[in-house]
Amino acid sequence: MTEGTTTADAERLRGQRIRLAIQVVGMLPILILLCIGFELLSGRFLTFNNLSIVMQQASINTVLAAGMTFVILTGGIDLSVGSIVAFSAMFSVICSLIPGFGLLGIPAGLAAGLVCGLFNGVLIAFLKLPPFIVTLGSLTAVRGLARLMGGDTTIFNADLPFAFIGNGSLFGIPWLVVIAFAVVVLSWIVLRRTVLGTWIYAIGGNADAARLSGIKVWAVLLFVYAVSGLLAGLGGVMSTARLYAANGLQLGQSYELDAIAAVILGGTSFVGGVGSIWGTLIGALIIAVLTNGLILVGVSDIWQYIIKGLVIIVAVSLDQYRSKQGART
Amino acid sequence: MIQVDDKIPVDDKVGPTDGSPVLDMRDIRKTFAHIVALARVSLTAYRGEVHALMGENGAGKSTLMKVLSGAYKADPGGSIQIDGKPVTIDGPQTARALGIAVIYQELSLAPNLTVAENIFLGREQSKGGFTDRTAQEAACAAILKRLHVRFRPSTRVGTLSLGERQLVEIARALMSDARILVMDEPTTSLSTRETEHLFRIIRDLKAEGIAILYISHRMEEIYELSDRVSVLRDGAYVGTLMRKDLSAERLVSMMVGRDLSSFYRKAHTANLARDVLLEVRDIADDQRVHGCSFDLHAGEVLGVAGLVGAGRTELARLIYGADPKSRGTVTLAGQKLDIRGPQDSIDAGIVYLTEDRKGLGLFLDMTIRENVSINVAMRDALALCFTNFAAARARAAAAMKTFAVRAGSASVHVGALSGGNQQKVLLARLLETKPRILILDEPTRGIDVGAKSEIYRLIDQLAASGIGIVVISSELPEIIGIADRVMVVRDGRIAGFVTASAERPITQEDVMKLSTGTRPAEAA
Repeated sequence: MTEGTTTADAERLRGQRIRLAIQVVGMLPILILLCIGFELLSGRFLTFNNLSIVMQQASINTVLAAGMTFVILTGGIDLSVGSIVAFSAMFSVICSLIPGFGLLGIPAGLAAGLVCGLFNGVLIAFLKLPPFIVTLGSLTAVRGLARLMGGDTTIFNADLPFAFIGNGSLFGIPWLVVIAFAVVVLSWIVLRRTVLGTWIYAIGGNADAARLSGIKVWAVLLFVYAVSGLLAGLGGVMSTARLYAANGLQLGQSYELDAIAAVILGGTSFVGGVGSIWGTLIGALIIAVLTNGLILVGVSDIWQYIIKGLVIIVAVSLDQYRSKQGART
Repeated sequence: MIQVDDKIPVDDKVGPTDGSPVLDMRDIRKTFAHIVALARVSLTAYRGEVHALMGENGAGKSTLMKVLSGAYKADPGGSIQIDGKPVTIDGPQTARALGIAVIYQELSLAPNLTVAENIFLGREQSKGGFTDRTAQEAACAAILKRLHVRFRPSTRVGTLSLGERQLVEIARALMSDARILVMDEPTTSLSTRETEHLFRIIRDLKAEGIAILYISHRMEEIYELSDRVSVLRDGAYVGTLMRKDLSAERLVSMMVGRDLSSFYRKAHTANLARDVLLEVRDIADDQRVHGCSFDLHAGEVLGVAGLVGAGRTELARLIYGADPKSRGTVTLAGQKLDIRGPQDSIDAGIVYLTEDRKGLGLFLDMTIRENVSINVAMRDALALCFTNFAAARARAAAAMKTFAVRAGSASVHVGALSGGNQQKVLLARLLETKPRILILDEPTRGIDVGAKSEIYRLIDQLAASGIGIVVISSELPEIIGIADRVMVVRDGRIAGFVTASAERPITQEDVMKLSTGTRPAEAA
């Protein structure tokens, strides 16, 4: 009987190792294949200039998707990040117009995002409302606030003191890319190297068990939605810095969908508890590569939408397949 | 068939009425993997009788009924006859067509639909492709009248009480012209008034000639309702008593049987002389627990017995702070505790092992290391709440050694472990917090004999070190085997205590009588 159990254990271990391998490597082969494919089709995809553009295009989505990773790992969702980008960008650009204190635009944008995130977090953690409903509500409400602030117009600041963030570079690497990468590294540290990170995974894996283990579930939920809001605020600042302007109506439209797509493409389970921030980075890059590559190849705007959508569906099917592999008795 | 006392009449051919039985189950066998759930069980039912089915938890009553209702397929060899004709029940549809209806413990109604919609679910009456609401509600109203209910066919089921929902289930059974009605512990969640109403209906149905198979643990109900009582034990048929032969002593001795296995630890009642460690006073949530008080001594193993649904788990969760209590106090070593949630209990030194290891206990996607150390991760943490991986590794390694967890390494996901090893990991996690009180809810459920005896040994060691231990278990031999004292919970109240003494060990009869309410509660 002992022997039988050991064999079964060994089999299960083997299965676990395969699953782990899929999780670690994840979508990286697909990203590489896409890059090679677009290079073969267009002949000008794999240039330093173009790759730099791709990464810049990916940067804001990467930052939003990092926040989204925290949220989805707990089994939640944040639909409001696109609106928060617009709101905090407006707030940031308005504050940057204060003579002599233009740099205030940066903390102002971050604070605006944080406040929105905390608002979501309080409703979800304390009133125990479903995240989908809460953030669907703030998706609309915050969008309205963003439009209200600028009187529904585009606000410019030609002398934006922090414009270097959007257009400058550090040792040849655009600041936007540096920031996005820093956010990913910081997220990895929090998720994988701190107790808080363990709690985030624990809540997503089994919220009831987490509560019975004495984990303050409300505090962790408040944290993840606050992080998501804060990073959306950062996304707003990055966008302002790039454009010297913000518009409450158009900015950040459907950014939440790209962020969610990046997280899911990255292999994070939609029900929480399983996933990694590196996967999210790869997911965000896949989306950026698709967008850029399809333009280079000359695919029309309409077909871009269709192809991107199908890629996301295929990725989610893979996620389903994987969780079925991991299904336990 | 197992050996049976001579004095117990084993004659299930004797029916209350003349004629042949409407249901005749012969030599029904059912095995799951290597576990024999039913070993050649036979059962008959006659028109217009209430035939009660009794036995301990896990005796096979529910399995037998699931075979009858088509939820399980019996192993080949047995036979089922309805009205003298052999039938094959290969699914719930077949069973329904044969006139068999089951009212389950967990009701299976859709709360968002109306009574009539629920009753006709899956066999809607239609007129030209549309559901014929009027016809349905008219037919439904006629049946509801027979059941003397106050609600109407158009009432939404979600607004009904549990008792009323049960009546809807019965109405559904009547609508399908059921002739054999199985009721599995129908009164568990009913109020006294609802129970009386249900009994009246059962008598009416009996008068109409319906055969009722009635599963219950409660002696009073058995006395009140049944014409015959059959007893199962360990998946085997023990015997049948006619109404005139019923006595609590006989039923209990038929239900519990004999030998206690030797692998339990020896009870040491000397522990009861030690200091009281935990005092629970009048704790209640006023739903499932109605004011429970007890003491737990240092080094004592207090067994908590009671029937399924008696409120044992709910009581444990109240003490632990997993659910909010409406009143009552918990005092640990003379200090009154203000417990608002599990974190407060853990900090105070009270930990709780859930009965639902996978659902409420473990993080299956996380490693052994993470599972073992998660409760103390914050205590171990470095500056800025960075995880102390070295400490976690050390804890996991030590725990795996102490508990003899069989796994390749501490990095194995807990979901990949066997039940026994999972339970050990969960226990290890609880003990990492250095608790003074350990509440174990069904600690050996679903684990193999080897792991069981290891857990008994561990309980013994922990008690010897002065920890107060509460063990909730549905296995009577286990409780009697490991506990110094047994507390019996019935209907959310403490029915009494049974203490072992040198002259007289605790017997299963003592506990069963308290559980089923055949003896007035003793004072503590």
